[in-house]
Amino acid sequence: MRVLVCISNVPDTTTKIRFNAEATKFDDTGVQWVINPWDELALTRAVELKEDASSPVNEVVIVSVGLAVVEPTLRKGLAIGADKAVRIDLEPNDAYQTAVQLAEYIKNEEFGFIVCGIESGDYNDASVGGMLAEILDYTSVSSVSFVSFEGDKPIFQRDVADGKEQVEVTGTAVLIVQKGFARVPKIPNMRGIMTARSKPLEVIEASSCEPLVEFVSYKMPPQKGGVKMLNSAQELIDCLVNEAKII
Amino acid sequence: MSILVYIRNVNGKIKKQSLELTSYAQALSESLDLPIVGIVIGEIAEEELQALKLYGMKRVLRVNDAQYNKRVNRVYTKIIEQAVIETDAKYILFPDNNQGKAIAPRLSVRIKAGFVPHVMDLPHSYEPFMVYKRAFTGKALASVQVNTDRKILTPMLNSFGLRENPVDLTIEDFVPEIDEPQSRLNVVNKELEAGGVSLMDADIVVSGGRGLRSAENFSILEELANTLGAATACSRPVADDGWRPANEHVGQTGKIIAPNVYFAIGISGAIQHVAGVSGAKCIVAINTDGDAPIFDVADYGLVGDGLKIVPELNSLLKEVLADK
Repeated sequence: MRVLVCISNVPDTTTKIRFNAEATKFDDTGVQWVINPWDELALTRAVELKEDASSPVNEVVIVSVGLAVVEPTLRKGLAIGADKAVRIDLEPNDAYQTAVQLAEYIKNEEFGFIVCGIESGDYNDASVGGMLAEILDYTSVSSVSFVSFEGDKPIFQRDVADGKEQVEVTGTAVLIVQKGFARVPKIPNMRGIMTARSKPLEVIEASSCEPLVEFVSYKMPPQKGGVKMLNSAQELIDCLVNEAKII
Repeated sequence: MSILVYIRNVNGKIKKQSLELTSYAQALSESLDLPIVGIVIGEIAEEELQALKLYGMKRVLRVNDAQYNKRVNRVYTKIIEQAVIETDAKYILFPDNNQGKAIAPRLSVRIKAGFVPHVMDLPHSYEPFMVYKRAFTGKALASVQVNTDRKILTPMLNSFGLRENPVDLTIEDFVPEIDEPQSRLNVVNKELEAGGVSLMDADIVVSGGRGLRSAENFSILEELANTLGAATACSRPVADDGWRPANEHVGQTGKIIAPNVYFAIGISGAIQHVAGVSGAKCIVAINTDGDAPIFDVADYGLVGDGLKIVPELNSLLKEVLADK
């Protein structure tokens, strides 16, 4: 079974966010690019499934929509254990464009299931997984924390409000995952890094598609008024009840 | 034309978030001069929906049909699409939670409407339409312009609040035409767990870090959460070490939340943690280290050991809440 993991290339989580002088574009000078953390957890679990001899998963493909700048991030995904990377050659302007490009690629391929991280650490749209499922008319399953198999059929465990459910899906599923799908990202070892260099990285042309929204400008979040330091639990409660009026 | 509001049906009840969403719609309607219409799916009594009229809701389309009681995203999307056409909705609002995240992107594709999630405030321009949304995981805000005729938003509600505006409300039964109402997703097994408050929906979140020193010590946090009707959460090291379930991790690589009040207990406040909670209206920090970065973003701070302060806080709160 082939599994597809969709990868977004984002600034490292410790990055100090800056913009150009007009505040219209993210300033990526000196930025370290990484696999989007939620996608990295998705990839970690996919590779674990492939390495587990009892699971039918035997190939993990990663795909990203982006220009050549995303290739080092895809190589890192190959080093973690993906077998093949695909780059769709377009710098997307919104989640819809990204989802349309992914769908164009997926519709000609065969995958057991597809995994997307819940959102990307840069534009935080939390949309690609749901949009992709709608474009392809696939079923999406959110908050998946475990995948098991009955023969070749995947059973997805998802977190719901009152517990955990095991579900099966007719047709291909798009899994939308967050922390819990895997707990800690897999770190590539030396052998992985060496073999990643010779693994296939295919570049395909983007299809034409207009974005639905436009990121126009940026600003920093409003500054907090400063902390009020208190001396006792009693003082804290007085403030929450009488001043902030939140209890 | 209308502003369509998705009213979440929780086993025949509506939640405060639907009232807040209606308040947000009311503020939009004052600028746009459009009526507010609600759509609610699954069985629900008319009386339960009456609360909406206090906040400006004039008309509700009710899909009062047991076969839709269980949410199937694909089917719900189609029902809402038909409500959009029925009311010629130009603005469609969803809550910024798992439901909204699951349905809104699908609707965006179906009706080719620009979708803006994590909306931080009312639009700062209507012609062209522009709103601020969370970007870079709370480290910045992005102004997003939507050029499509219909627009879909999920506002972050705790930053907006409730605003009363009583009107008359009409409830109409709405019968959608769905060719394939059944789910393609089959639940084969279910394990029930003691249902705490859901982290994504919680007004108050009580969160602990390494400063609590052991998994067992989180019991005092659970007690405080119980008293407050709050959800529990934790920092990354706590989740990574397995002291708490991974789905309680809040921060840049875990869940991103925006409650009314966030208690950070024994959490130093690394940049990645703060990114995940910066949307909180009020942050209360308790930490032994008075120089911990969490105090830079907190509203109220208390230097001290959470293990001592939390039980004290809990018993004092019980008294306060008993008086109310």
